[in-house]
Amino acid sequence: MTRRVVVVSAGLGSPSSSRLLGDRLAAAASRALRAQGEQAEVEVVELREHAVDLANQLVTGFPSARLADVLDRVTSADALVAVSPVFNASYSGLFKMFVDALPVGSLDGVPVLLGATGGSARHSLVIEHALRPLFAYLRAATTPTGVFAATEDWASAGELEARVERAGRELAALVPGLAAARARPVAVDPYDVSAFSARFSEPLSA
Amino acid sequence: MQFGIFTVGDVTTDPTTGRTPSESERIKAMVTIAKKAEEVGLDVFATGEHHNPPFVPSSPTTMLGYVAAATSRLLLSTSTTLITTNDPVKIAEDYAMLQHLADGRVDLMMGRGNTGPVYPWFGKDARDGIALAVENYALLRRLWTEDVVDWAGEFRTPLQGFTSTPRPLDGVPPFVWHGSIRSPEIAEQAAYYGDGFFANHIFWPTHHFQRLVGFYRDRFEHHGHGTRDQAIVGLGGQAFIRPSSQDAVREFRPYFDNAPVYGHGPALEDYLRETPLTVGSPQQVIEKTLTFREHFGDYQRQLFLADHAGLPLKTVLEQLDLLGEQVVPVLRREMDALRPAGVPDAPTHASLVLAAQQRTQQDPQQDDAAQLTAAGRAA
Repeated sequence: MTRRVVVVSAGLGSPSSSRLLGDRLAAAASRALRAQGEQAEVEVVELREHAVDLANQLVTGFPSARLADVLDRVTSADALVAVSPVFNASYSGLFKMFVDALPVGSLDGVPVLLGATGGSARHSLVIEHALRPLFAYLRAATTPTGVFAATEDWASAGELEARVERAGRELAALVPGLAAARARPVAVDPYDVSAFSARFSEPLSA
Repeated sequence: MQFGIFTVGDVTTDPTTGRTPSESERIKAMVTIAKKAEEVGLDVFATGEHHNPPFVPSSPTTMLGYVAAATSRLLLSTSTTLITTNDPVKIAEDYAMLQHLADGRVDLMMGRGNTGPVYPWFGKDARDGIALAVENYALLRRLWTEDVVDWAGEFRTPLQGFTSTPRPLDGVPPFVWHGSIRSPEIAEQAAYYGDGFFANHIFWPTHHFQRLVGFYRDRFEHHGHGTRDQAIVGLGGQAFIRPSSQDAVREFRPYFDNAPVYGHGPALEDYLRETPLTVGSPQQVIEKTLTFREHFGDYQRQLFLADHAGLPLKTVLEQLDLLGEQVVPVLRREMDALRPAGVPDAPTHASLVLAAQQRTQQDPQQDDAAQLTAAGRAA
């Protein structure tokens, strides 16, 4: 069957290294899915294009129609590749604004491959100390391998590619099992009458 | 159908002049606006209740009592009365008193309030919001419908042999609306009691509210108060009107751009497209308001927000002129023509008293105001 792999990139440049890393990770995951006998379809969300809508959502409390569509596409994905540049020792504000716009529970059990980019390998653990706790809170299923790409990685052959392939395989391996396990219901349906009917069940007449 | 205005009572700097009205000015302006509402033929004036700056209306019945004396036809209401942090005993007393002074021209809208810090100021916990709304309202109804109340609950001291005074005018409590923007349980509460439900849908896209109002209508029918299209629905609205839409947009834009709720965010054009806000000619306001009926069904009360974001009093009064002379008469005609027979008006004191009399004639043994309220709608 066809699995939708959605890349969310918070990269700002054009081309951005976060986007490049996201594309590579999605391609590796697609190859691994095909090796599992499945089809893969990759979509990319560049958060830069939604920066104003994300800021407006903070002010108004509701997503614009365009942003709502992006949120639907991301939360209905079979697998996510989420990549942020490192700004001041963590994911970027744009990346976090997007995560903050996700409805509660919407990434429950979703396979996620985390990526980050930075100017120096000294930021490598940002995935472990910033991104992974965030996605643990969201109850997403992150791959054991996250991929950090420093400027020097883009210049040296082989090593980055090996990590990308391994992470792609891990993401693909998570997809079928989690898709089966994930019923993806809203955690609590606020319109479930049984949650409050006891308070409104007595006949009104005194 | 009832048309009116509701005010938040914000003291906001006029962004075009940098001038900030004093509290005194703003309070007097609210009274002037209420009197103007009656003068231009509107039906309802509703005031918010707030306990923090930059808002002035902390004591709604003081203001509404004053407005009652200065008007003769206008229906006085709230938007909203904090059912969570006010003592239900005091609500029962205050609004019954207001009923007498205003000769029954009173109803009220319950709300939980959207300002978390208010709860501890009144000795409550914001996490108990829904539970407070449920318990306090149940007590409030008993205080209005039973002459002597014995009561014990979770959130206030027990009552033994307590009589809330004055008793409601003509033995009929004010009609109650419940306002909510996202809580199905509040819609359920409104439906259970056969009360009205008000969706202030002005700050978000319409589709956020359609399910909530539809749920209220379904539950109203479920609880036996009538069919779903007989449920009593009120909606918010927000308009800035000038004879030409270009003038309206040019004049309102700085107020929009700096407004407390949505200012410094989306462009006016985006907000116009995505929410019920209309900035334009009377005809545009009419057209947009008529879409509310398409989205939510025939409804009973339309309240517009007109005095906010630092708009000067003179401008607000001009808005009310346009609303009263050019918008509301057309909306009344159109909505009346479209409304099927069997969809009731919102209950008023007169209709509730009439229903009470009819009930007493039919069944002199029973004098239960809870049922009177339901009967009032059928009348």
